[in-house]
Amino acid sequence: MSDVLILNGRLVDPASGVDGERDLLLRHGRVAAVEMPGVLRAVKGKEIGKEIIDAKGMIVAPGLVDVHVHLREPGQTYKESIKTGTAAAAAGGFTSVVAMPNTLPVNDSVEKLEWMLDASRGACVKLFAMPAATFGSLGEEITDYHELQRVGAVGFTDDGKPVLHDRVMRAALVAAAGIGVPVSQHAEDTRLTGGCSMNAGPVAFRLGLRGMTVEAESKIVERDIRLLRDIEQHDGLRPHLHVQHVSTAKAMEAIRQARRAGLHVTCEVAPHHFTLTDEAIGEYDTNAKMNPPLRNDADRMAMIAGLMDGTVDCIATDHAPHALFEKEQEFERAPNGITGLETALGLALRVLHKGNGMPISRVIELMSAQPAGIVSLEGRGTLKVDSFADVVIFDPAAEWSFAAAKSLSKSRNTPFDGAPMLGRVMATICEGVIVYRG
Amino acid sequence: MTILETGTIAAGSLLTVAGLTVEEVAAILAATDRLERMAAAERAKILAGRRIALLFYESSTRTRTSFELAAKSLGAMTTLVSDKSSSIEKGESLKDTGLTLRALGAECIVLRHANSGAPYLLAKTTGLPVLNAGDGMHEHPSQALLDLRTMLARLPGMSGRLVNAKTLEGVTVVITGDILHSRVARSNAMLLPRLGARVVLCGPPGLLPDDALGLGLDSKGGIEIERDFDKALKQAGSGGKAVVMMLRIQRERLAGLELDLEEYISRYQLDEERLMARAPEALVMHPGPMIRGLEIAGEVADGPNSAIEDQVRHGLGVRMALLVRALGAGGFESVTV
Ligand SMILES: [Zn+2]
Repeated sequence: MSDVLILNGRLVDPASGVDGERDLLLRHGRVAAVEMPGVLRAVKGKEIGKEIIDAKGMIVAPGLVDVHVHLREPGQTYKESIKTGTAAAAAGGFTSVVAMPNTLPVNDSVEKLEWMLDASRGACVKLFAMPAATFGSLGEEITDYHELQRVGAVGFTDDGKPVLHDRVMRAALVAAAGIGVPVSQHAEDTRLTGGCSMNAGPVAFRLGLRGMTVEAESKIVERDIRLLRDIEQHDGLRPHLHVQHVSTAKAMEAIRQARRAGLHVTCEVAPHHFTLTDEAIGEYDTNAKMNPPLRNDADRMAMIAGLMDGTVDCIATDHAPHALFEKEQEFERAPNGITGLETALGLALRVLHKGNGMPISRVIELMSAQPAGIVSLEGRGTLKVDSFADVVIFDPAAEWSFAAAKSLSKSRNTPFDGAPMLGRVMATICEGVIVYRG
Repeated sequence: MTILETGTIAAGSLLTVAGLTVEEVAAILAATDRLERMAAAERAKILAGRRIALLFYESSTRTRTSFELAAKSLGAMTTLVSDKSSSIEKGESLKDTGLTLRALGAECIVLRHANSGAPYLLAKTTGLPVLNAGDGMHEHPSQALLDLRTMLARLPGMSGRLVNAKTLEGVTVVITGDILHSRVARSNAMLLPRLGARVVLCGPPGLLPDDALGLGLDSKGGIEIERDFDKALKQAGSGGKAVVMMLRIQRERLAGLELDLEEYISRYQLDEERLMARAPEALVMHPGPMIRGLEIAGEVADGPNSAIEDQVRHGLGVRMALLVRALGAGGFESVTV
């Protein structure tokens, strides 16, 4: 592994409070030095086998971390594989991704988790996983959290569906609290959403589609918060609830209150939920069908408010690839989900930074240090000396349009084909290896 | 093609009334008049030799027969592909079924489907003109056009009127019943206000959520909700011309509401006493199939105010016009409004 010297860039590392011109030396997969301009240039050329990247005009930041991706392997590699999904991640500036367990079969055992994380799967960025919170994600019996953590589980979730029973969710929170990892919840009361394919409201009425109410999301969030409080009071534990892909103002407010009350609740918002509303469905465009669904503009603005005021801990893509033939169906029959790894940074910079005045360093924090913290990735999400050499270099001023046809994902299901993006990834480096060049 | 086909929808398609300009509505109704006046032998030449597929995933005797007779009276060849026959391959996608029909020479597809929006998918993936014969809870555009034609034929002082944005000024249309599940209600609520009508939607919240007001967004208002049927009728009957459109009630849909069948009947059934007391002049319509004694009393359905049979008759003419339009068989360009 050759050294990499990154010169002339603007280093933005929120975890260490750096935002300014710095040069960076990566050696043996770690950050070897962070210096003021000029210091490292002296060593430049002295050694051979050194890659030098001129990052003039670029931002050099910790590699992005996504705590919520679907890589479809095992079982559905016609949609995506660990290899293609992580290639798409690298193209989007991500150096760490957390794979959800709703594969075929469901990732609910040590054997399956080890298989998934095995190097022979060909991941080009750091792959982590949250195995299922319950066996088969059936919501009945919790999996073996101790053993799964031993082989690398960074949290537990039945994503795609909720842990519905109070008793089971309580057991999951208690077990996860015992080993210091979060339970990540897909907050949807599926008893209220049967047959629903989009957000409830005037648009659903006009399109003649059954709508999911905001309460279907907020009720589960509120229930989970009650369980947290109860466990803190009665079990002497401090469980960590992570709420996935928050989409409603109502759930956001419940999370805000819970945090004020001192409970350990974190949450993520997906770029599509702060960018689009249910109007994007247009004429039944299944590329705008996901779960939770696109909501109305008040909910979209509440996501932005939550991101601005710190209620939201991180941006996560919920990258959910599907084959063309699956999306090319009647709206109600098409599967939920869109790809998102390659559009996340461009949308975050456009909507949050340019559109709402969020400092770039804060955008980076929401996409690196904070998600790394939620799943306790030691030495990632920062560029402090000795941390992993996970770096993204991007041009913050580049305005471009995303072309789905050029995606590195196997699937093309995105509502952002042709959409304007701000900030273009020029290089992604994972543990010192350049895994993507723009 | 690697990304979802966002192909163009062929001219002549009719997927939603929202896609029609008022001028197009006028042209369709004018063509209906012309076609109805034509001698049968002359009419049978218009689409002679043309191929129309009727793709029915849901059974519907009325709509299917209406389209089929319309097509045949224009001389077209039709083929019915329905889920009742074995002709829809189990598990085959709508796209592939559409492509098969296209490869077999279908020039136009009339689609009835249980999923809202299915006609968009078929139109975009086949590139053929598609006529929406009812999709899920979404729309039934040919029904709205035949309802409009029925109003123009039956409301006093309407016949011969030019169809434009003011044609239905002074007309109040009360649509009552299960509006949530009704594609007929959606199409009418979106079409009629654009011709100047005031549309009052009526029913309990479970069958008529407030979200229904969203139908009026692109029609500069024109839609109101009135939960009290007697008040709605009285308003309609006391100001200008009135239409009362009743919708079918499926009893199982009342089950989840705070309403039983008897209560529904007492509050929302159109019976003779109610009609005579509140809106004695009103034109009574029903898209069928109707349940006598539930949403509508038998004597009203058969009474002098009823336009229910006219609706069926006008359906044939309107569908002839839509098929001629879909197949580009001429006449539409020449219509002036
Ligand atoms: Zn989910």
